[in-house]
Amino acid sequence: MRPKLTVRNLYKIFGKNTQAALERLRRGEDKAEILAQTGATVGVQDASFDVEEGEIFVVMGLSGSGKSTLVRTLNGLIEPTSGQILIDGEDVARADAASLRRIRRDKIAMVFQHFALFPHWTIAENVAYGLKIRGISKDARRARALEVLEQVGLAPWADSLPADLSGGMQQRVGLARGLAADPDILLMDEPFGALDPLIRRDMQAELLTLQKTLKKTIVFITHDLNEALLLGNRIAIMKDGRIVQTGTAQEIVTTPADDYVAAFVADIDRGRVFTADDVASDAITIQLRDTPVREALRLMEKHGSHALYVMDGKRVAGVVTYRDLAACEMDTSTPSPTIRGSMITDYPTAACDTQLHELYGPAGQGLPIAVTDDADRLVAVIEPGDVLAHLSGDATANGADANGKEAAHVQPG
Amino acid sequence: MFSPADIATLPFDDWVNGFVRGWLVPNFRPAFRAAQVPISAVLAWTEAFFLFVPMLVTTAAFALASWLTAGRGMAIFTLVGFAFIDMIGLWPQTMTTLAMIVTSVLFCALVGIPTGILAARSDRAWAVIRPVLDVMQTIPSFVYLVPIVMLFGVGMAPGIIATFIFALPPIVRLTNLGIRNVRADLIEAAEAFGSTRWQMLWDVQLPLAMRTIMAGLNQTLMLALSMVVIAALIGAGGLGLVVNTGLGRMDVGGATAGGVGIVILAIVLDRITQGLAERSDVRGISLRQALANLFRLRGTAPAAETQRAA
Repeated sequence: MRPKLTVRNLYKIFGKNTQAALERLRRGEDKAEILAQTGATVGVQDASFDVEEGEIFVVMGLSGSGKSTLVRTLNGLIEPTSGQILIDGEDVARADAASLRRIRRDKIAMVFQHFALFPHWTIAENVAYGLKIRGISKDARRARALEVLEQVGLAPWADSLPADLSGGMQQRVGLARGLAADPDILLMDEPFGALDPLIRRDMQAELLTLQKTLKKTIVFITHDLNEALLLGNRIAIMKDGRIVQTGTAQEIVTTPADDYVAAFVADIDRGRVFTADDVASDAITIQLRDTPVREALRLMEKHGSHALYVMDGKRVAGVVTYRDLAACEMDTSTPSPTIRGSMITDYPTAACDTQLHELYGPAGQGLPIAVTDDADRLVAVIEPGDVLAHLSGDATANGADANGKEAAHVQPG
Repeated sequence: MFSPADIATLPFDDWVNGFVRGWLVPNFRPAFRAAQVPISAVLAWTEAFFLFVPMLVTTAAFALASWLTAGRGMAIFTLVGFAFIDMIGLWPQTMTTLAMIVTSVLFCALVGIPTGILAARSDRAWAVIRPVLDVMQTIPSFVYLVPIVMLFGVGMAPGIIATFIFALPPIVRLTNLGIRNVRADLIEAAEAFGSTRWQMLWDVQLPLAMRTIMAGLNQTLMLALSMVVIAALIGAGGLGLVVNTGLGRMDVGGATAGGVGIVILAIVLDRITQGLAERSDVRGISLRQALANLFRLRGTAPAAETQRAA
């Protein structure tokens, strides 16, 4: 399938002598040299990427890295010096004023860092702005505005003025305004950058929740790597106007493209990047029935594990540990013990997409964590030691999948 | 001592005389005469209207407007002030002056606001308009009275044209300023949603610049009032004529009466238009403050006081 948005060899140079600067840039001169020689400032150089329909594509960079310039070229607020920007095959970089307006009205909306709500209009009127521009009737605009405000939880404020709302609420309005016109693509320019940390976290969670139902194509700009890793299906990291790496959060954290990216990811919270899937290993199970303790112990010794999941048919019944079973075996009061008596039914579980930081608690119990799917079937297990090994970054060096066992052996039974 | 005049002297005054008397007046007088027709028509209508409406009705209307825009104290001031004007026998002259002010402010707004918008949207236009405004503001009004009389004759309409030249700059400047000062992120937002230039102007720029434009209108109004006496020199009637007559006859009383009429009218019009500009802040000001403000014709202090009162 064709990507929703394709950017190819995009350059933006500010200043007078842009063509000369472009030539120098293509010859490989660097940004500072070009500024000194021609007086032109390089905003974006040779950016190429694709954004698939329905994904959140995060552009992450520090201030001055050109990310805001890049996003503004996507809807033609800034005219690129050279390159292609294709939205559904139509080149924004070469569009005339009228088709640019049409693209902005129908296809691409924007959410701004400082909200940019119109202070003289009510919340509902602000939200309906894109529809007003399109010439939709007043009643229809209002109905749609209320519908979108309902989605972001601000319906009761429809007739308030922006000044009456807190920053977080104002940005919800900004988001609602972007969504009201039902664009295919939503550009978000550091939308949560001006918010308090707690509000920011709420908004991030809310955006992810909304995105589950909306499935918009979102280009999200941020200077916060944690935000990028949390939200982005894919992430592009920018430095000095150049995209230095594009990839998923896991790819960027495990295999940084250069020292710059490596320095960035060095102190990020890996617990929020990796999920249960990344550390899980195949589950060794045993059927409940009347399996004798001795058989279970033999199976564990064979695989070198200290605990086993017990299945009752296709359903997880519980977990048994080597220590409990061994104690049971030593106890001579019961002649031929079965594992049923030593089974722990209060076992920790996780879903495939559970983030590692949520597993710290369950891992602390010392039992392997059961990874279950939507139908509550056991798909894998996570050894507690793997969680820690993955966080430290050591395990990833050996590849993310075949890691766990060695670490698990170290763990005393 | 050497001076440039030793080399050559320029007959600048003759050049101007030649230009105005020898070329402009003979060739364009009919055109200028025709140009003043709409002004005369609007003026005739407004003057007839204000003279027709009974004094009590006009006073009540102004008092109501003051009450709504500037509060109860200002309404009382309006009632007392207008009654005073009527009692000193200057009501008809005041209405003539009011008609002149309304007409000149109307034309200033009709020309000034679009010019200001143009200036705000194009740096090139502003580069041309700005020096013209500078000249209009600095050139002494007596200088253009003479050519105005030559081209338009004497009477009310030429008086309004002189007033127009004098009072136009603030509304152009403040319209330009107001639009240019609209937050850049709002302009960007409007653009990002695909507005045309007209949509941006109507939806975003004008509403957000309205406060500043109203302040410009207020300034224009005040300048128009201050031209009343000068315009009377070229045949405009009203309170300016009363002052000039008093001046000519060394009649201190008469001149003062005319002056007091102008001041009362100025205060009432100033407060009403300022109130319009500050609409959202209006909660009413006390009579004490209204009297205190009486001694301050314009400036920002009254506005601050209004806010404190609220």
